Amino acid sequence: MTVTQAPGVGKTVASKGKPPQNRPRKRWIGGALALALVVLLALLPKLALSVPGVLPGPTYSAGTLQLLAVCFLIGALAVTYHLLFGVTGMLSFGHALYFAVGVYGFATCLQTWHLGLLPSALITLGFGVVTSLIVGAISLRVGGIAFAMVTLAFAQAGSLLVYRNLGGHTGGEEGLGLTDAKLPDALLGVVNTANLYWLALAVAVLVYLAVVWVSGSRVGAMMTAVRENELRVQVLGVRPYVVRLTAFVVSGTLATLVGMAYLLLQGGANPQVTTTNFTLSLLVMVVLGGVGARWGALLGGILYTLLDQRLGVLASSSTVTSLPDVLRVPLSQPLFLLGMLFVVIVMFLPGGLAAAFARIAGHAPKETL
Amino acid sequence: MTVLSVHDLDAWIGSHQILHGVGFDVGDGVTAVLGRNGVGKTTTLRALLGLVRRKGEVRLAGDRIDELPTHAVVTRGIGYVPENREVFGSLTVAENLTLAARTPNPDLDVVHQLFPELRERAKQAAGTLSGGQQQMVALARALINDNTLLLIDEPTKGLAPRIVSEVTAALRVAATRTPILLVEQDLAVVESLADDVVVIADGRVAHRGPAKDFLADRAAVLSLLGVGTREVATS
Amino acid sequence: MSVVVLLLITGLGLGALYFLAASGLSLIYGLMRVLNFAHGAFLTLGGYLGYKVASAFGPDSRTWPVFLLSLVVGAAGGAAFAALVELVLIRRLYEREIEQVLVTVGIGLAAVALVVGIWGADARPYPAPAWMSQVTGVLGAQVPNSRFVCILAAVLVFVLLNLLLGKTRYGLIIRAGVENRAMVAALGIDVRKSFTAVFVLGGALAGLGGVLAGLYNASLSPGGGDSLLIFAFIVVVIGGLGSIRGAAIAAVVVALLQQFANYYATSGVGDLMVVLALAVVLLVRPAGLFGRSVRIA
Repeated sequence: MTVTQAPGVGKTVASKGKPPQNRPRKRWIGGALALALVVLLALLPKLALSVPGVLPGPTYSAGTLQLLAVCFLIGALAVTYHLLFGVTGMLSFGHALYFAVGVYGFATCLQTWHLGLLPSALITLGFGVVTSLIVGAISLRVGGIAFAMVTLAFAQAGSLLVYRNLGGHTGGEEGLGLTDAKLPDALLGVVNTANLYWLALAVAVLVYLAVVWVSGSRVGAMMTAVRENELRVQVLGVRPYVVRLTAFVVSGTLATLVGMAYLLLQGGANPQVTTTNFTLSLLVMVVLGGVGARWGALLGGILYTLLDQRLGVLASSSTVTSLPDVLRVPLSQPLFLLGMLFVVIVMFLPGGLAAAFARIAGHAPKETL
Repeated sequence: MTVLSVHDLDAWIGSHQILHGVGFDVGDGVTAVLGRNGVGKTTTLRALLGLVRRKGEVRLAGDRIDELPTHAVVTRGIGYVPENREVFGSLTVAENLTLAARTPNPDLDVVHQLFPELRERAKQAAGTLSGGQQQMVALARALINDNTLLLIDEPTKGLAPRIVSEVTAALRVAATRTPILLVEQDLAVVESLADDVVVIADGRVAHRGPAKDFLADRAAVLSLLGVGTREVATS
Repeated sequence: MSVVVLLLITGLGLGALYFLAASGLSLIYGLMRVLNFAHGAFLTLGGYLGYKVASAFGPDSRTWPVFLLSLVVGAAGGAAFAALVELVLIRRLYEREIEQVLVTVGIGLAAVALVVGIWGADARPYPAPAWMSQVTGVLGAQVPNSRFVCILAAVLVFVLLNLLLGKTRYGLIIRAGVENRAMVAALGIDVRKSFTAVFVLGGALAGLGGVLAGLYNASLSPGGGDSLLIFAFIVVVIGGLGSIRGAAIAAVVVALLQQFANYYATSGVGDLMVVLALAVVLLVRPAGLFGRSVRIA
């Protein structure tokens, strides 16, 4: 069987017709735009922008800020998955595990062990590193679909531990609240949603920059090389196993970081984040946005979360409930629409939205910001 | 009479192009495909069958087969014996033959005459057979149908000398009924069987012509195959 | 002693479900190399279609003829859905294994969501003949009768599948194709026709399994198929690709292990052990098990 690439990946073609000296300038423009975007997003809680239908309220309202914060964090999570799947070419069905380690680990430190914020954060990050290191070291002994299934198995084991409350600390199906946690006042209460919003934004930016940095570094180049041509990497004296494990641990740890922020944002741990469905939805996000493009993963994550939340609200709105069953049923289920959209993208638009945008802009898709 | 005509055939494995503009004809009798290791002999057979990506003009008894999927190429009347035999180990000998038969009531007598052992071992799982016996199964699979052409890839590879003569004898009989395109490294076998040769070098046809003449030309044999006529080609 | 007997028979009943889910999956992966993540949806859909037909009979829904009908409908529904998925989607992604997996993921998510949309997310009781929930004494254990039905169904399916694979030309093609797909094509056989047949067969088995799962659990829920799916994967991996016998043995071993561990240790430990067994087997078995698969990394 010939080697297959992840859909939409491997079609990296250098931008056509642009002289090399314009590329750094493009980078600066891109960077400036990104900075402007981040500044704008940071200012949103102070503004009264409204996007009816998309946002539940004006941008200073708690509901909107909460929604946007969730979008940022899930988008960041998708970017960590991009590092694994898009850059290094590792199809993992268990990425949610490290996110869950962040959520539940942090919750356990704060709630069950009553530790302070900083020690909890450091310990949880440690959990993330250790878990991803162990699972990665074991899983990478095999490749391809076998690897994917092993990661699935470990994630399922984690999910079982949480749902069945083995060990007694996870709260089972009800999840784990943060009622006894020693959290600074600034992070508590609806009134401080803006603070949590800024925290989420900061974490998202941090994670994104981290992935940019790793991708652009020598290690990142080796990750790309391992995805495209393992033999060539070995000839250079680099062990693919080590490169992959590095990618696994970095993306897993970053996912844990996102999970920690997510816990604070949601005010509690929900076992839903351990499910296979959740990991698979990460896969959907990344493919939706475009596996090869980093900003594609971010976009996919944000869009997916937004659609999931808003379609859920739309589903219970009077416009939809009054529709005939044939239309109402599919429209009332965000996951149905997202699943079908995913199928359409895989079949007809393997490069995802990023590829679509690139095509509209008139050049072949490549890794940009 | 030309049973197979190949014209300007290119073939790729993955992104590597293996064959470049290969062209030759196959008539009655045995045509041997020769060449050093890695030149593209096996790829040529696989390209004819559509098992690798190919482009070019290939005609079987006048009809083009170069754009058909593998199974359609085969049902036009080709029997294939791959390098490494590829018998179905979990199936019995009889099942291997039944699977290969393209008509409901195949003529098993021909097969059993050539390979009497197969009748005895009909219910034996093919995976438990010796190398030589597996080769017989692989050949029988190709002979069980009424084919227009047989594509046979290194049938004597790794076999003991006694089995090699058995296989050669079987092929000689088969060649009286059906033309054979034979990839072979063992020059003794080639010498005893082949009527014509096609020599491949670097994915291109380097020589075509009667086998006797080519094999008598030691210089050509040495430069294109790298061996003397009496020796088995190094693997 | 009676506890052991109860665990044994209940375990066999569970194993029956695993076998029904795994046998189709095993053939699908063995022949087509498609990791069918939509298989859970086949299970769920079959269960709900059986339920819908059964409940249409109102007060008569708890009778044997209706139950048998619901089994048939469940299997047919699973088969029809599988046929649709294969013909419209999987077929077009021939030789693109990753995309095939991704598509089954999407379909799995969408189909389950559709079920939630139509029937709601809550579990609902499965209408079965009253006899099913009654118990029969076996060596001192009080065994719910539904277990026997599941076991019987699985045994019948096992026998039929072996007949299909061993005595028919279709079965021959499938067995050979699981071993060496390219060579089957090189013998003049259009393997892709067998793909549809196998996918549909898998769907039928899953649909049947879905109805029986509803029976076994005495309830039906949209997530039921997917929770069964991970165990089906484990059984496939342990039992060997394309091997019905292997799937049967593995299903029994896995289910019994799970039952006994869940009882004698803590509830959940058995599940955990089985899930970790999946990882262990994948790591210990040589790459040849999934050897033909794409090196994605």
